[in-house]
Amino acid sequence: MTNRADTDAKVKSLIEPFNKKGIEVTDSTRFAQDLEWDSLTVLDFVANIEDEFDILITMNQQAEIETVGQLVDAVEKLKG
Amino acid sequence: MTDLFSKFDPLIETREQLLATGLTDPFNLVMERVVSPTVAICNGRETVLLGTYNYMGMTFDQDVIAAGKQALDEYGSGTTGSRVLNGTYAGHKACEEALKDFYAMDHAMVFSTGYQANLGIISTIAGKDDYIVLDIDSHASIYDGCALGNANIVPFRHNDIDALEKRLKRLPEGAGVLVVLEGVYSMLGDIAPLKEMVAVSKAHGAMVLVDEAHSMGFIGEHGRGVAEAQGCIDDVDFIIGTFSKSVGTVGGFCVSNHPKFEIMRLVCRPYVFTASLPPSVVATAATSIRKLMHGADKRAHLWENSKKLHAGLKALGFQLGTDEPQSAIIAVIMPDLEKGAAMWEALLHEGLYVNLARPPATPANMTLLRCSLCAEHSSEQVDQILGMFEAAGRATGCIG
Repeated sequence: MTNRADTDAKVKSLIEPFNKKGIEVTDSTRFAQDLEWDSLTVLDFVANIEDEFDILITMNQQAEIETVGQLVDAVEKLKG
Repeated sequence: MTDLFSKFDPLIETREQLLATGLTDPFNLVMERVVSPTVAICNGRETVLLGTYNYMGMTFDQDVIAAGKQALDEYGSGTTGSRVLNGTYAGHKACEEALKDFYAMDHAMVFSTGYQANLGIISTIAGKDDYIVLDIDSHASIYDGCALGNANIVPFRHNDIDALEKRLKRLPEGAGVLVVLEGVYSMLGDIAPLKEMVAVSKAHGAMVLVDEAHSMGFIGEHGRGVAEAQGCIDDVDFIIGTFSKSVGTVGGFCVSNHPKFEIMRLVCRPYVFTASLPPSVVATAATSIRKLMHGADKRAHLWENSKKLHAGLKALGFQLGTDEPQSAIIAVIMPDLEKGAAMWEALLHEGLYVNLARPPATPANMTLLRCSLCAEHSSEQVDQILGMFEAAGRATGCIG
């Protein structure tokens, strides 16, 4: 992983298995409203993101993340 | 003006739709008279109680009741004060002594409810920059304890040892860590792999808190809970429990061997800023706890009841929360809320009370009919219960 574009591509590929409605995913796609994820889906997805980038996203941090773009930014920051 | 209640509109609508079908409100039942730990009068009819958490049936124990009456006479109806001011009576200390003896631990602290015990201990011991690692299916009181405090919250998949270990490995080196687990998870009645989880937590330098609300008095050789049964209780730093289940009254507690534990009485706000339990309540609790130490026969009968109900419901074709009975809770999984509410009502008409549990309290948005057995249920009552499940299940189409 070298830059934001790589992170963005990886995050989006991890979203796909949970994108049940098959909507187009952009930076402004919202997890709750657009992807309609419940708390269990969020847990599974966050676990996959954490494992992929070897990071930890606390519930406190998750509360601040509403969109795909914000998640990519957070992952970039957390993996240092 | 924005109506602050408009956020509840979806829930109000769901509820109205359900009740419009003519169903009895499952969240508005009144027990008109209570005959025994296992029988009450509801809507004028005798009803077998199978959803009370009254696992050991102590609510009508003669010694327990006598202790409560005596305390009412000798100490009055209430303390009107905080534990740290005028609200600690001889009975509160006696209750803490009973807990120390029951768990064989150095310290015990009694709270006014089990909810407050989790709220207080969790929010106080894990501060800013500390981490709380908890099972995603944790009880509301654990989540509220997290919300009240300032720690970083890290959830992991239910009962998943690898998921717990991965998260512990990623925590910053030297950070303060509290791992929060439950012995029995009350929605499905499944138990945690505490032996492995406590070992992994300790290996990563974490402190461990286990909520044994649904196992006290029943699971483990001395009824100390799942941690005792799995042989890891000595590595658990804090055990949280309640008086509102096996003990048969109301109140909560934390027991610990931590040498500095007593400071909690001064810094734990849900302990300090509320009135202490009435003298009659701590007297009944202390008497009940001491009797539970000698409850091996009752524990054995409760296991028999749990096994019999589980096997019987399975044979009738109901889908259950666990493949094998793991506790005194047997959860029957309903296809949806409508069917669940209909089945709940049909059971009530048969003369059986169970808990209807629905999202968001339940995992994976399940609707559950939660049955909790009592050591005072006779084997014949369990037969009777199975008969009522069969009749209600066929009437509502839940089983073929």
